Amino acid sequence: MIQPLLQLRSVSFRYEDMVMVFDLEVGKGEFVAVMGPSGSGKSTLLSLIAGFEAPLSGEILWEGKDITPLPPAERPLSILFQDNNLFAHLTVFTNVALGIDPSAKLGPQDRQRVMDALSRVGLHGLEQRLPGELSGGERQRAALARMLVRRKPLLLLDEPFAALGPGLKMEMIALIQELKREHGFTILLVTHDPEDAKAAADQTAFLHEGRILAKRATKELFQTTDIPELSDYLG
Amino acid sequence: MAQRYQPVTARRGVAAGWVAAVLLLCLALTPLVVLAGVITEGKTGLVLGDPYVVRVLRFTLLQGGLSALLSAGLAIPVTRSLARRQHFPGRELLLRFFAVPLGLPQLVAVLGIIAVYGRQGLINQTLLQAGLPQLPAVFGLGGILLAHVFFNLPLAVRFLLARLETIPAENWRLAASLGFSSSDMFRHLEWPYMRMALPGVAALIFMVCITSFTVVLTLGGGPQATTLEVAIYQALRFDFEPALAARLAGLQISLCALLLLLLQRFSLSVALAPRLRLKSVRPDVRASRGLVTDGAVILVAASFVLLPLAGVIIDGLAADYARLAGDPQLWRAALWSMAIGTSAAALATLTAAFLARAIVRSSGSGAQGLRMIGNLVLLIPPIILAAGWFLLVYRHLDPIEFSPYAVILINALMALPFALAMLEPGFRASFQMHDRLADSLGLKGTKRFTLVEWPVLRSSLVLAFLIAFLAALGEFGVIAFFGNQELVTLPLFLYQRIGSYRFNDAAGIALVLLVLCVAISWLIERPPLPRSRA
Repeated sequence: MIQPLLQLRSVSFRYEDMVMVFDLEVGKGEFVAVMGPSGSGKSTLLSLIAGFEAPLSGEILWEGKDITPLPPAERPLSILFQDNNLFAHLTVFTNVALGIDPSAKLGPQDRQRVMDALSRVGLHGLEQRLPGELSGGERQRAALARMLVRRKPLLLLDEPFAALGPGLKMEMIALIQELKREHGFTILLVTHDPEDAKAAADQTAFLHEGRILAKRATKELFQTTDIPELSDYLG
Repeated sequence: MAQRYQPVTARRGVAAGWVAAVLLLCLALTPLVVLAGVITEGKTGLVLGDPYVVRVLRFTLLQGGLSALLSAGLAIPVTRSLARRQHFPGRELLLRFFAVPLGLPQLVAVLGIIAVYGRQGLINQTLLQAGLPQLPAVFGLGGILLAHVFFNLPLAVRFLLARLETIPAENWRLAASLGFSSSDMFRHLEWPYMRMALPGVAALIFMVCITSFTVVLTLGGGPQATTLEVAIYQALRFDFEPALAARLAGLQISLCALLLLLLQRFSLSVALAPRLRLKSVRPDVRASRGLVTDGAVILVAASFVLLPLAGVIIDGLAADYARLAGDPQLWRAALWSMAIGTSAAALATLTAAFLARAIVRSSGSGAQGLRMIGNLVLLIPPIILAAGWFLLVYRHLDPIEFSPYAVILINALMALPFALAMLEPGFRASFQMHDRLADSLGLKGTKRFTLVEWPVLRSSLVLAFLIAFLAALGEFGVIAFFGNQELVTLPLFLYQRIGSYRFNDAAGIALVLLVLCVAISWLIERPPLPRSRA
């Protein structure tokens, strides 16, 4: 097998009484849904990959190199949460611009990049608004624009549609798939909704009590009957 | 037509609340009427034409402004370091200690500050042994500022820290993921949030400091370092110039009213310091980076708050408690303190309960009116209340007989806004959760109270009582007016011992007061008592 892009080898973590151990391989360009009941460790998995939490043991490899010692900013990824992806007191433009360089002053080229990214996600003309003046969907688009200017190859999406209605959710999924085609992103999408996985992802991983019980092609996983926990979950 | 059933629930207790409110209004406004009545006695002339008054006013504003600037300004780096370091041992304890200065009797704190920074203090003794020059004297403007920062820096830190705790966890993670440097973090996250709270915090501290009495009386003094409140005290107790006192009081009230209007704009709860969550997740902070700076800032801030407390303890332990315990005057003072504290706290809690009950059952404007009356005392500084009642008692009544009642009354009035802020949420919860159910079950009278209301309200009533008791126990300004040979509380006794240079005794009394107050404030800081025995 060719080397996976992202690999988790026995990455363990303790949350209160629960010990989690994750093993996972993600190939370049895959769109993987991470699905499971609440409390199964989905968000913890993303936090470990992003570097917000340190594992007890095990290693996280990126193109074969161990990235566990790296701080969050030096890992090859961007992350999108359900809420609060923007700094509420800064304009949309500034929020996106922080993705280029939080310290330096932006040159005209950088400003153009920010404007282009905003246009790409359909927020042209809204750059001087504050996040509070945008709808929930627009706020998530602004965060996507920041992912575009950051140019990191891996996107971690932590239930980013949970607060959106069904129509908006489908729009966002379509947009993310377009961006993925244009930029070749690899994507991990955490969700508790099987429909999201079916609509968005070509691969789906199923989590249960801190273990990844299966990762298969999405279609295949939903027809699987040999995992009782999955059958219980899907009902 | 048969009379329709009118639900009684909504109206129960509203009338009683208004009776309490009107009574309260009379008691709080009486001193103002008395002062207004004497304002033209003696020499007439413009208040602001008197150079003495102008000098006092200027000093009041100057020390208040500097105290607010210093406390709020220094709180910024302290808050930042404390927020960055979520996990050092003793952090929670330290933040609890940051709540202590506010609950501390001011006189005790002043003794602590003298024990550290005074001529014979810890620092000067250390400097002396090292052969270094001594600190300047702790009296005058410098000493007043030192004491005010001691009281208010921890308060400001708690306010700012509470504001930082409102930053969503995702924002810290984003900052980490975007690679914010320490200065980016300050510019984009910490400062914008602190800036929202700073004007309100500074205004609150300014307000507290321009009505500060004990600190200025003990560390200030002389015409160079006198504030309006101390000047009112001197005008009444030493010079007996009611007209001058009344004019100064008028100035002070105008100033406070103006500031309260300002404070309202910041929608900052004057009554209660915020409770802290004490834990945030900060993936942006790397253990090693900035550790030395953060550690140094936290160490200096901790020493600043803890050293005076340590000073009180060290000096207090050297006191001769056997002799103190044999002093009948001390026991009398302790008895007075307990009697006044208990009565004032009971009165404040009871009145606040009547008001709160009426507030949660009134419509918008009625509730607002009641709440405003309950908070009225924030507009009238206690020293003004004391001055007015002092004039009334000393001119028209028997001072020996009536002074204790005046002291209890003013202490209760002072505690009322705090008790009300404590009680209103509890009453609201009780009202919303149980009133209709109790009505439908036909529960009434004492049965309803013991079964339905008391279990829910118990913890907030106890808290309100404790807060009021704590304030009355350490109170010095009012008792400074009314104290006489018969009526001496612990703080006044302490003050008299300092005045007669019996520092050893004073240190002993201060330690006793400190222990009492810390014990009570830790009870208050504790998580709420369990609602009921399940």
